[in-house]
Amino acid sequence: MNTILNWLACIFALMTSIGLLVHRDWHWGIGLLAVQYLSIFWLVQTPWTVSMAAAKLITGWMACAVLVIAQHNSDPSEESDASRPQGRLFCLFSAGIIMASTFVLSLRGSSWLGLSLPFAWGSLLLVGMGLLQLGISDQPFRVIIALLTVLAGFEILYAAVESSILVAALLSTVNLGLALTGAYILNIPKQEKT
Amino acid sequence: MSAPLLWIFLPLTMAGLLMLIRNQKVIALIACIFTLVLTLAAWLLPIDVALKIGNLSFKLSSSFEILGRHLILSSSDRSFLALIYGSAIAWFAVAPIIKKARRLTSLGLAITALFVAALAVEPFLYAALLIEMAVLLTVPLLLAPGKRPGKGLIRFLIFQTLAMPFILFSGWLLAGIDSNPSDLVIVEQAAILIGLGFSLLLAVFPFYSWIPLLTEESSPFSVGFILWMFPTVTIFFGLGFLDHYAWLRDASTLGSVFTTVGILMIVSGGLLAAFQKHLGRIMGYAVIIETGFSILTFSLGRNLGLNLFFMLFVPRTLSLVVWALSLTILKEHSPTLILKDIKGLLRVWPFATSGLVLANLAMAGMPLLAGFPPHQAIWEGLASTSLPVVLWVSLGYVGLFFSAVHVMLAFASASEGVRWESRETGPQRIIFAIGFLALFLLGLFPQWVLPLWTKLPSIFTHLPQ
Repeated sequence: MNTILNWLACIFALMTSIGLLVHRDWHWGIGLLAVQYLSIFWLVQTPWTVSMAAAKLITGWMACAVLVIAQHNSDPSEESDASRPQGRLFCLFSAGIIMASTFVLSLRGSSWLGLSLPFAWGSLLLVGMGLLQLGISDQPFRVIIALLTVLAGFEILYAAVESSILVAALLSTVNLGLALTGAYILNIPKQEKT
Repeated sequence: MSAPLLWIFLPLTMAGLLMLIRNQKVIALIACIFTLVLTLAAWLLPIDVALKIGNLSFKLSSSFEILGRHLILSSSDRSFLALIYGSAIAWFAVAPIIKKARRLTSLGLAITALFVAALAVEPFLYAALLIEMAVLLTVPLLLAPGKRPGKGLIRFLIFQTLAMPFILFSGWLLAGIDSNPSDLVIVEQAAILIGLGFSLLLAVFPFYSWIPLLTEESSPFSVGFILWMFPTVTIFFGLGFLDHYAWLRDASTLGSVFTTVGILMIVSGGLLAAFQKHLGRIMGYAVIIETGFSILTFSLGRNLGLNLFFMLFVPRTLSLVVWALSLTILKEHSPTLILKDIKGLLRVWPFATSGLVLANLAMAGMPLLAGFPPHQAIWEGLASTSLPVVLWVSLGYVGLFFSAVHVMLAFASASEGVRWESRETGPQRIIFAIGFLALFLLGLFPQWVLPLWTKLPSIFTHLPQ
């Protein structure tokens, strides 16, 4: 039963990360990120206690809330992302490559690290998708979302090998700090106009 | 009271309080006095030793527990604390004369405290998380209100954030090596992860593209502070790795890795600096070269390498303060910092332009200036081990020297009839005069700063042997 739920969480992570890559609307972006944190919560609670995994979920949602507020206050004209490839097909094709390569990597990684396959794949998939997003966009909002995705993927993997409360607290602070930095970057051009 | 409370949590609290004050001079004065007190405390107060003042007994304990882990600042860390807080005073004292005190002192103090925490945390691998927090704090410092973030800032944020997972994960692998040192596969994987993590964190070739971009788009003084602080602390952090893990320290290929990376940074930085047309970018490449030299010193052996690395610290701080100050003043009064727009500025901004050229020459290891003694010692060390390396390194020197001459010629090429004057304010002139004097004095009498760095190698237990 647990394995099936782990696979479900993994598929959720896959769908949300592809959604983050394809959707241009920030409402969708933050919504998908919030759902992504649910799958991260499920995967992380396997090696950790539920309360510690819940802390990760709440931090993730707080980061989403910070980004929502920042986007509401930011200037919509700043949102153009000229560097981003326009074709959805390209994004889907790239996501497919990442999906396949991380799956192959996780087959080796899961036996090396002694983890279950959905756990290893979920982690590597998020790292890969985050890196892909970083590679195709230089818009601050997208970069922050991508960095949060990379960190989320890493945190799943790291949760299996490290259970220190201090590390969990510091990683949560980094996540929240990243969202606050994003909020600052998104709102700073507006300060001149007001 | 514990040492981490005094040198980490107290500065963090003070940084928060400084943000509430609006007057630039008051902020700078408080920050300077506070940092001076911290420096003197590091210099004079013993850690873990009971002090008796009359009937009062006082002991500064080295450890502070936080969420099951420890922050430890022992007696051997005092010289590092004195140096890092002492050098921060130079930045904080100069900040109000260019109206940068509000952001730089409060955020700078918080960043310094976080870096001290990074070097104090046990297990020391958690430092990567604290360094990341410092990175996040630098964003408000580098991004002025009303300006859109440039590519440099975004790249800086990405590269520094990506470094953290590599270092944390390598820590887990390193723990595995401790229990099974003969497993060469894990050793190889850990070495790759550490290498990638530090390459990103230290902006090693080819991950340094954000440095020239950042020096071009952000306030030169804020960038100067960041480029002074980050490489220094990251190298300290890296030395912590070498100190902790014998297999890494004794790896036969380590010397050649340091040589290759150092040469790549020096040569690429020097060649690119020689052809730059933007004054800010030249400073960026000079910092890349300097980081290359810091890495290269460790190829000369652990003892000599450590001493040379610490020897570079004071001249680099001084040169960067003068360079960043000059650039900030020129940026405020010149349409751009591109060579064609700065022609003839020597006649109207003599102190700022001279400061920029002198700092550039000092970093290029010009005789009589502060950078010469450590660079000459590096030359000597390299010449005794490998002449080809000396030839490669000289390319970097030539590039940086050429850029200084190029800039000097641009500053001096004024049109006929432009009168000599000095538009710098009184305090700016005084600071520049002190800076010039210090640059020359450190070049002529390098032994004066010996007491500042001779004790620094004792921070590491195994490395200096």
